[in-house]
Amino acid sequence: MKKIIALVLVAMMVIGVFAGCAEEETKTTEPKATTPAGTEDTTPAGTEDPTPSESEPAVVSGGSVYYLNFKPEFDEALQQLAADYTAETGVEVKILTAASGGYSDALNSEMAKSDAPTIFNIGNLAGLADWDEYALDLTDTAIAAELATNDFNLYNEAGELKAIGNCYESFGIIVNTELLEQAGYTLADITNFESLKTVAEDITARSEELGFCAFSAAGLDGSSSWRFSGHLATLPLHYEGVNTNVAEITGEKIDLFKNVWDLYINNSSADPKALSTGTGDESTAMFKEGKAVFYQNGTWEYAGLIEAGMTDEQLAMIPIYCGAEGEENAALCSGTENCWAINAKASEEDIQASIDFLVWLVTDEEASATYVEQLGAVPFKNCPASSNKFVADGNAMLAEGKTSISWAFNYTPNVDSWRAGVVTALTAYSADQSEANWQAVVDAFVTGWAIEYAAVNG
Amino acid sequence: MGKNVPAASGRALRLRRHNSKSTIKRWFPLFVLPTFLCFIIGFVLPFYQGITLSTYNFTVPNFGDTLVIPNADASAVQMESVGLQNYEKALDAGFMNAFWNTASFAIVSIVLINVVAFAIAYALTQKMRGSNVFRTVFFMPNLIGGVVLGYIWNLIFGAILQEYGTYLTANATYGFWGLVILVAWQQIGYMMIIYIAGLQAVSEDMLEAARIDGANGWQSLFRVIIPNVMPSITICTFLTLTNSFKMFDQNLALTGGLPQIIDKEAMAKINSTELLALNIFSTYNTSKNHHGVAQAKAVIFFVLVAVLALTQQWATRRKEVQQ
Repeated sequence: MKKIIALVLVAMMVIGVFAGCAEEETKTTEPKATTPAGTEDTTPAGTEDPTPSESEPAVVSGGSVYYLNFKPEFDEALQQLAADYTAETGVEVKILTAASGGYSDALNSEMAKSDAPTIFNIGNLAGLADWDEYALDLTDTAIAAELATNDFNLYNEAGELKAIGNCYESFGIIVNTELLEQAGYTLADITNFESLKTVAEDITARSEELGFCAFSAAGLDGSSSWRFSGHLATLPLHYEGVNTNVAEITGEKIDLFKNVWDLYINNSSADPKALSTGTGDESTAMFKEGKAVFYQNGTWEYAGLIEAGMTDEQLAMIPIYCGAEGEENAALCSGTENCWAINAKASEEDIQASIDFLVWLVTDEEASATYVEQLGAVPFKNCPASSNKFVADGNAMLAEGKTSISWAFNYTPNVDSWRAGVVTALTAYSADQSEANWQAVVDAFVTGWAIEYAAVNG
Repeated sequence: MGKNVPAASGRALRLRRHNSKSTIKRWFPLFVLPTFLCFIIGFVLPFYQGITLSTYNFTVPNFGDTLVIPNADASAVQMESVGLQNYEKALDAGFMNAFWNTASFAIVSIVLINVVAFAIAYALTQKMRGSNVFRTVFFMPNLIGGVVLGYIWNLIFGAILQEYGTYLTANATYGFWGLVILVAWQQIGYMMIIYIAGLQAVSEDMLEAARIDGANGWQSLFRVIIPNVMPSITICTFLTLTNSFKMFDQNLALTGGLPQIIDKEAMAKINSTELLALNIFSTYNTSKNHHGVAQAKAVIFFVLVAVLALTQQWATRRKEVQQ
């Protein structure tokens, strides 16, 4: 009896191991089958494919699309769109969404395969430097012709259009106009930093009687601090003229940051000494519950605010006024990390199929409606308008001839560590607004930048 | 145990036992095989790959179709052999700071956790009402994951320190002691269970003999009980030592290494509450040039933990008594 039990146990263990091995094998066979082709010849020429009928039986043009998606929240809709497109045209569209934060790893390994992605994402100029060789020059392509603006595209040093900004986001100060009116002001009263300051300080002075404060909490917990160490920091960088990966910054415009930061923390019901644990949710809640008039965040907040019961009439987005010269003409801070690039090393047929798919995505009535609904602000002329109020506000400013503030924070070296330094110093400064503590913020900003640049490039 | 058995049947028993021993011996490779395979696949191969990678500058650790030898020629994979350069870069200011943090953290937490866990275990093995309830309650923190604990304690410390007009990441001291408290709270219950098992195994006869010989409570504790629970002490110090050195989630979630100190003269940044594992993690994320350096740090880290753990095992094993 014991023998039988022992045998059964041994058998179970052995089967377990073999099952494990089998799994291991199926996992490794995939790269096995593909890497030799990828490594032998990383430049599959357009004509070399001898077996075109192997995987795409009923394709008219002969090409197929492999889209390595960057936005996880768009995955579900995109899969559906791809299926619709295949049903409509017979062209095979494969969508793979890389896990959040793992895009560059996924891109690296997928590009090494023989059936590499035909459409992939490039985030910024640094990304373009890495992938320039792989990105097709999109000048004069059908998809470039669909663009309403070239503001969000990426161009290489030779001036070739290498990646098309396919959606963009803006941030600024979200205003609860209803509360603003209760305090006796309208949006027209706020045109620059001086007027913003006057309004905010007046609201602070009367906050008890009004029942709300000027700014929602400027929390410095990880869930909220990026609004300042990332987004607000773009202002001094933008006005300093940072527009590429520079080794050093001067911090000459850092006072603009100080202007706004002082305004945020001294005109809020949140205790400046307690900001280190202030979360994003807390700040959002303050705004949603009508306890604050102003709230710095981006167009992506719109859906959440509407869901919380706010209405278009109550909401507006204004630029972050910081005291810079000529800021009356500034629009929102707009930018993107979503730019389509087409794999220049894919076959002619695949390239054509990919461009066709993208054009369909932004022109087809139903597809483009889904696309806009999913991504908000998109720079394509044949897409329907977005229902996002903040996007509309931003577009209205552009229509008046105001200019966007660039996302200069995109050039931050070793961004997480740099921001951690700024947040450390900013937290200390907020708790005790002394000159020495402000100097630490400047150091984190300027010296921190140089240290991180050297670390990354060293 | 065979003392009272008649001689003849004793021999028969020994014979049978001998037979079953050799049967097991014959089956030995089969029994070892599954574990051995797992060990090779799950430990030896990755470990070898890890050491190899630490001498490369790489973006994606792609080993191509060979499991072991990195395919350095594949241009898309971007791997470049750099010899021992990564090891030179590995011992930077951040790593050294993390090392000293880890060492002091380990010492403090080993002492604190083991003393308190033993004391609680001792108290709960005395005959008292509700000791099972207490055991369960003390053990429970161990069931919560490290990251969750980190955030929970972050809130608790934040709320307490706020009363005093300060906050957890204001300086490195708060972060350090915060982590000590968190980890003690989490691990004391677990070590307590091990000590309880050890204490229950101490024979009542021996304690009674000590009492009759006139030993007081302290004497029986230090002369009888502690020598007899040495195996538990070995295990618990081993676990607390390796846990402290490998501490990651709690560190990440509680302070994330903050506050960050900028040394303007040395042009260096130090995350003042970072322990070794977190330092390796943040090094990897510095840039793609740092993947190899992080890997080198990880190898150094392994050697360090292995040496310490083996030394500790050797040292405490010597103190164990055989019954």
